[in-house]
Amino acid sequence: MSLTKAERTIITSMWGKISTQADCIGTETLERLFASYPQTKTYFPHFDLHPGSAQLRAHGSKVAAALGDAVKNIDNISGALSKLSELHAYILRVDPVNFKLLSHCLLVTVASYFPAEFTAEAHEAWDKFLSVVSSVLTEKYR
Amino acid sequence: MVHFTAEEKAAITNLWGKVNIEEIGGEALGRLLVVYPWTQRFFDTFGNLSSASAIMGNPKVKAHGKKVLTSFGDAVKNIDNLKGAFAKLSELHCDKLHVDPENFRLLGNVIVIIMASHFGKEFTPEVQAAWQKLVVGVATALAHKYH
Repeated sequence: MSLTKAERTIITSMWGKISTQADCIGTETLERLFASYPQTKTYFPHFDLHPGSAQLRAHGSKVAAALGDAVKNIDNISGALSKLSELHAYILRVDPVNFKLLSHCLLVTVASYFPAEFTAEAHEAWDKFLSVVSSVLTEKYR
Repeated sequence: MVHFTAEEKAAITNLWGKVNIEEIGGEALGRLLVVYPWTQRFFDTFGNLSSASAIMGNPKVKAHGKKVLTSFGDAVKNIDNLKGAFAKLSELHCDKLHVDPENFRLLGNVIVIIMASHFGKEFTPEVQAAWQKLVVGVATALAHKYH
C-alpha cells in the first residue's frame, strides 16, 4: 500500500493544522486510547495516567513528534521511522492490534479539533497514512 | 453481554438526542465507502461511486445511510438488549445480504469519528468510550445470528 501524490498533499496540508496543537492532540489521543481501550494501559504500568499528568503530556508530545517526522519524510517513512521500528520490535513489543486503536483515537481527536478540514478525502488519506506508519512500526516484529 | 453504566447510558442518549439522523447517517455511510473502498462491493446498484464527492453527494448513499442510522436509534432505545433488538437484522445481514461482520466494526468506528467532528469538545474521551462500547455492542449483536 503506498500513498498517492494527492494523498501526500492532503496529509502534509492537514499536518500544517495539526502541528499548531501537536502536543495537545498527541496527549488527547492517548487519553482517548486509555478511556476507550483500558487494556492499552497495560503497556504503561510505570506511568501516572491521570488526565493532565506530566508523563502523559510528555508521551503525547513524543507520539506527535514522531508523526511529524513521518509527514516530513512522507516519501520515505520506513527510513524516517527505522529507529522507532526497532524500538517497537525489540524493546516495546506492543501487540500490533494496538496500532489500529491508537490510529482510530488520533482520527477522532483530529476530527473533533478540525471538523471543517477533516473532509472525507482527508479522512481517507490520514487513515491510510496511519496504516502505513503502523506497518512500518511493526515491520521488524518477526 | 455488554452492560452499560448509568453514566454511559446518559452520555449516549444525551448526544443521540442532538443527532440529525439524515445528515450523520448519510455522512457515515459515505465515509465508509470513501475510506474503505472495498466496502463498495455491497452497493453495485447505487450508481456513481467514482470519487469522494460523487459518493458523498450520491442520493442513494444518503438514503441508505439514513436507514442504517435510524436502525441504530433502535440500539439506543434497547441498549440493555441489543442482541434481541437486532436478531432479525442479524439474520438478514447473514442470509440475504452476506455482509462480513468486520464491516459493522468499520462502520461503527466511522460513526464515532463523525460524532467527534460534529460535537467537538463535547465528545470527550469518556463520551467516546461510551459510544465505542455501543458500536461494539451493535456490531456484536448484528453478528450474533451468523452461521
